[in-house]
Amino acid sequence: MRRGFDLLLAVAGTLALGFLLLPLLALFLRVPPGTLVSELGSRVVRDALVVSLETSAIAHAFILAVGTPVAYLLATKRFPGREALIGAIDLPLVLPPAVAGIALLAAFGSRGLLGGTLSAFGFTVAFTQTAVVLAVIFVASPFYLRQAIASFQSVDPDLLAAARTLGAGPLRTFRRVALPLAAPGLAVGSSLAFARGLGEFGATIMFAGSLRGYTQTLPLAIYGQLDQDFDAAIAIGALLVLVSVAILVAVKLLPSWSSISPFRFAPSRSS
Amino acid sequence: MELDLTVPLRSFALELSLETGAETLALVGPSGAGKTTLLRAIAGLVRPSRGRISAGGETWFDSEAGIDLPPEERSVGLVFQDYALFPHLSVEENVRFGARGPVEDALERLGIGALAGTRPRELSGGERQRVALARAFAREPKVLLLDEPLAALDAPMRTGVRSYLRGLLRELGLPTLLVTHDYADAVALAGRVGVLVDGRLVQLGTPKELLTAPATTFVADLVGGNLLFGRAERREDGLTEVELDDGTRVLSTDEGSGDVALLVYPWEITLAHTAGDDSSRNHVHGTVEELVALGNRVRVRVGPLTAEVTAASAERLGLRVGEPVVASFKATGARVLGSR
Repeated sequence: MRRGFDLLLAVAGTLALGFLLLPLLALFLRVPPGTLVSELGSRVVRDALVVSLETSAIAHAFILAVGTPVAYLLATKRFPGREALIGAIDLPLVLPPAVAGIALLAAFGSRGLLGGTLSAFGFTVAFTQTAVVLAVIFVASPFYLRQAIASFQSVDPDLLAAARTLGAGPLRTFRRVALPLAAPGLAVGSSLAFARGLGEFGATIMFAGSLRGYTQTLPLAIYGQLDQDFDAAIAIGALLVLVSVAILVAVKLLPSWSSISPFRFAPSRSS
Repeated sequence: MELDLTVPLRSFALELSLETGAETLALVGPSGAGKTTLLRAIAGLVRPSRGRISAGGETWFDSEAGIDLPPEERSVGLVFQDYALFPHLSVEENVRFGARGPVEDALERLGIGALAGTRPRELSGGERQRVALARAFAREPKVLLLDEPLAALDAPMRTGVRSYLRGLLRELGLPTLLVTHDYADAVALAGRVGVLVDGRLVQLGTPKELLTAPATTFVADLVGGNLLFGRAERREDGLTEVELDDGTRVLSTDEGSGDVALLVYPWEITLAHTAGDDSSRNHVHGTVEELVALGNRVRVRVGPLTAEVTAASAERLGLRVGEPVVASFKATGARVLGSR
């Protein structure tokens, strides 16, 4: 009886692992490695890589610059509407990407809510690189915000209070105490958001389209190459798998680096 | 420092009026009495609903004048109960964080110069306390605030740190307000002691004043007295007779009537095998329930009383747990504290 149960567990484990790994393995086995590398050098792939890196970098800069203070605010201050705001952050996580795409179009499209105002000032958002950036921010920022709020909340409030009584204003307290102590968690959230943003597909294809060299990111290029150059599609897939694995490993390793905080500031002397 | 403030807490309000000079003042009270809240209000971390806080000629808070300086503009050195050292900074960086000048003096005076490059997590409890004190001191504050300065230390360390801290506070010469739940700590460190209960200061005075004239039963219990409860009645001979809840009758020279508490200090109780022919009017028969040696003294629990006798006396009487004994005290040693 007991042996039978152990066997059942072993079979279930093998099935689960096999199901998860087989498609990834197939990606690397389908095409010879040499072909994979040469396909990565093709125009289509190189264009998509540039678009992906550019838009991801800009989107990520915005997520960090705006998301970090927002997360600190939500983690340390009590104000009316705070719960609602925290709830709203989770919304993009459960929203179908297609809905995110159509919603962004409804807001920023030429006939959207803000579209008229934007075009009056000479801005077009939909089907431009700006749209790619906005789509990535929309779907990826919750990954950073959730982790950043948790990281700031785990900083002992007494440490922030101590900094204030030692003459540090709110900004210096944030910069010298909250930020360095939350840094390992922020780095994890940042990595997850970057990974999610790099793989963004649904909202981007609806809101920004798939124009080669302009709005066609790596995931969109996979879709675009499916019926033209299947090997190239496979090569991009393999590349994205490698990036994902690298990020996953980094996230797993980060907590053990927490003593070597990347946000160490030289202590400043107050006069 | 002058305080007059009200801070609403969950089930009561902290209401306190206090004036301190260049001294060490200790506030004692049970946990939840509002002690930490008071320190936080002075430091500007908690906003009082009304009142005034001023120190060294500066007004930090005045609800009527609309003054409420943020913590960074109040010159306080607040030492948190668990020290709140910055874990990502070295000892020296911690001390330098709020320092107004070079930190070498602060490190030297607290004897932590050798630990300058160490991170807080590698320090012992006593060392952490010194770093926290150095950090507060380096800020050159007008007032030093200590929250339960000895509570985070292991019992064996406390006695040593207590006397070290007493010397240090005297040497630093800063007006100091400390809060503690331990009366012994308060007496050891401060010249004046205030007793805080449910947000109110029930008594403020020297340890001797608290001992000889406790304002309430809580203060009497705090300073180590035995408390007996019963009904008092005036006798014709001028004494007050108190019938305790267990039926024992006790005489006191104090006046009182109705439900009262009687205070008897442990050192005013003598122990014997039989009720002796002495001047004591009160005799409580019981068995020895506990013997605790405290240096050259022994604390003996007999029924509702705790007596303190010399170790030599305890030896001579051959006191043993479970054996019958008579505890005696004079009518002058039984103080009536009024209603319970």
